[in-house]
Amino acid sequence: MLMGLFNNWVVVVLMMIGLYIVIAHGNLIKKIVGLTIFQTSVFIFYISMAKVDGGTAPILMANVTKYANPLPHVLILTAIVVGIATTALALALTVRIKEAYSSIEEESIQEQNTKQASERDELDSRSEQY
Amino acid sequence: MLVHLPILQVIVPLIGAPVCVLLSRASLVWLFALVVSGLSFIISVLLLQQVLMSGTIIYELGGWDAPWGIEYRIDKLSGFLLLIISAISTLVLFAAQTSINKEIPAEKHTHFYILYLLSLTGMLGVVVTGDAFNVFVFLEISSLSSYALIALGRDRRALWAAYQYLILGTIGATFILIGIGLMYQMTGTLNMADLAARLPEVAQTKTVLTAFVFVITGVCLKLALFPLHLWLPNAYTYAPSIVTAFFAATATKVAFYLLIRFTYSVFGVSFSFTALPLQFLFMTLGLLGIFVASIAAIYQTNVKQIFAYSSIAQIGYMVIGFSINSVTGLTAALLHIFNHALMKGALFLALGAVVYRIGSVQISQFQGMGQQMPFTMAAILVAGLSLIGMPLTVGFVSKWYLLSALIEKGWWPVALLILIGSLLTLVYVWRIVEVAYFKPPLSTHSTVNEAPLAFLIPIWLLVIANIYFGIDTRLSIEVAHSASESLLQAQRLVVP
Repeated sequence: MLMGLFNNWVVVVLMMIGLYIVIAHGNLIKKIVGLTIFQTSVFIFYISMAKVDGGTAPILMANVTKYANPLPHVLILTAIVVGIATTALALALTVRIKEAYSSIEEESIQEQNTKQASERDELDSRSEQY
Repeated sequence: MLVHLPILQVIVPLIGAPVCVLLSRASLVWLFALVVSGLSFIISVLLLQQVLMSGTIIYELGGWDAPWGIEYRIDKLSGFLLLIISAISTLVLFAAQTSINKEIPAEKHTHFYILYLLSLTGMLGVVVTGDAFNVFVFLEISSLSSYALIALGRDRRALWAAYQYLILGTIGATFILIGIGLMYQMTGTLNMADLAARLPEVAQTKTVLTAFVFVITGVCLKLALFPLHLWLPNAYTYAPSIVTAFFAATATKVAFYLLIRFTYSVFGVSFSFTALPLQFLFMTLGLLGIFVASIAAIYQTNVKQIFAYSSIAQIGYMVIGFSINSVTGLTAALLHIFNHALMKGALFLALGAVVYRIGSVQISQFQGMGQQMPFTMAAILVAGLSLIGMPLTVGFVSKWYLLSALIEKGWWPVALLILIGSLLTLVYVWRIVEVAYFKPPLSTHSTVNEAPLAFLIPIWLLVIANIYFGIDTRLSIEVAHSASESLLQAQRLVVP
């Protein structure tokens, strides 16, 4: 039971590690790393799903009747591409955030945002008094 | 040509996006994007007509038969959604050039239109397709371009909002991917109709239940259902005005479509509403969403943020309609998708016009705007009344249906709470009206005058639609009613 579902256990452990990093870490790059681990666990899930016991690679050959299922592999190629696009975009955003806030720590960014908001409010109350 | 309309619906904006690069001048790109979006609108009108006349359209990509190849399937529900998305997109795009001249640096204009068209492609694709994995791909096309579009905002907080949205959006999409994987593992198919036929055999297994939970949670993240709404307020507030108008009117609707599609068509009503206490769950979350978001909206000082929170509250109404699980309830939810698109499209475009003229949407800057920008403010007033649910506006129609669906079931307390929720809407709309109409103009705004026609035309078309569909409800109700009837009757898509 435990060994038979070995791949699924790996998937779940990786998934939880990834999600934990995304939630617990304040560093934007670390969050992206966590997100990538999370996505990768899903890739492994799809790939191991395609395995058929005793099946070979899905290439038509004589004397072979049992093949692994190629469809999940094809699906996950698409998902990998999506994952790369997401990571690239996230990194690009991080570069822009670093330029705008001179920091990639969530805490410092939030702090600067609240500061910006309260300055705004002060400005508002002044114009309302007028 | 007519046979290929389903694929053209997606292909036209998809091909249109890269072609934008080839056009040299920004105004030319705008015109081109407008034409492309207009074409998708015409296609969606033709499709809806065809669906209403002769029933569900099935289109097999590349001529491969359904369970093996990808199939596009357009029923009344998808036809209805396609029409909303492409109509709003075209109207919003009409004002785009004027608006982004002020809000986005000139060298990024072409990129803006490319991303806009890609986002449109993704949304249309999600609605058109009948293949579960295809849904994920299109959803990500639309999401990735929307993250980039939001990051184009002037304020640096737009970057942070886009980053947060990216993290949560990706988690949501990956959840949907896991769910689809589990379904494939159990049934060996990705075609929605085929899934609907095969899932009942294995419905008792834990794997299917897990798949269901993953899909629903992922969709609710994209839908910004309370308490998974945290990405929405900032994303809508700091994105460029045009982007906000487009997304507020369409993006969450697409997620809501997926919720209906997966629960009603793929998993089937009997499974969806018994496997999980969906009715209780969505009713509670919907009500909580209405109250928490409406109260949060009352305390905001940024008008864009007020209406962003209001969007979360409106999603609450849709979800409640959905959770009633009756024809009237579903009709109310579908009507509210349509009506909310009209209201929020008009409101956020009008806010775009305000940004164009005075460069800010802080509520204090709205002083005396009723005199200086009378047409824009009147539009905000009418759309705001519609948001509250005044008779003779569309907001009234969907709330009326929602209330009658609740009373049909005898759920008086919920109906009462919804009425109280509408009063909260009145509070935050009144705040804006009061400042705009009953305070003297600011001295710094003495030169401000009415917004240009590029804004006024789409805004007022939407406002007139708000009133028109509030009086002559035949078209919207007929489509919404027959769509929800066929969803509930069929219980699941019939295998051809």
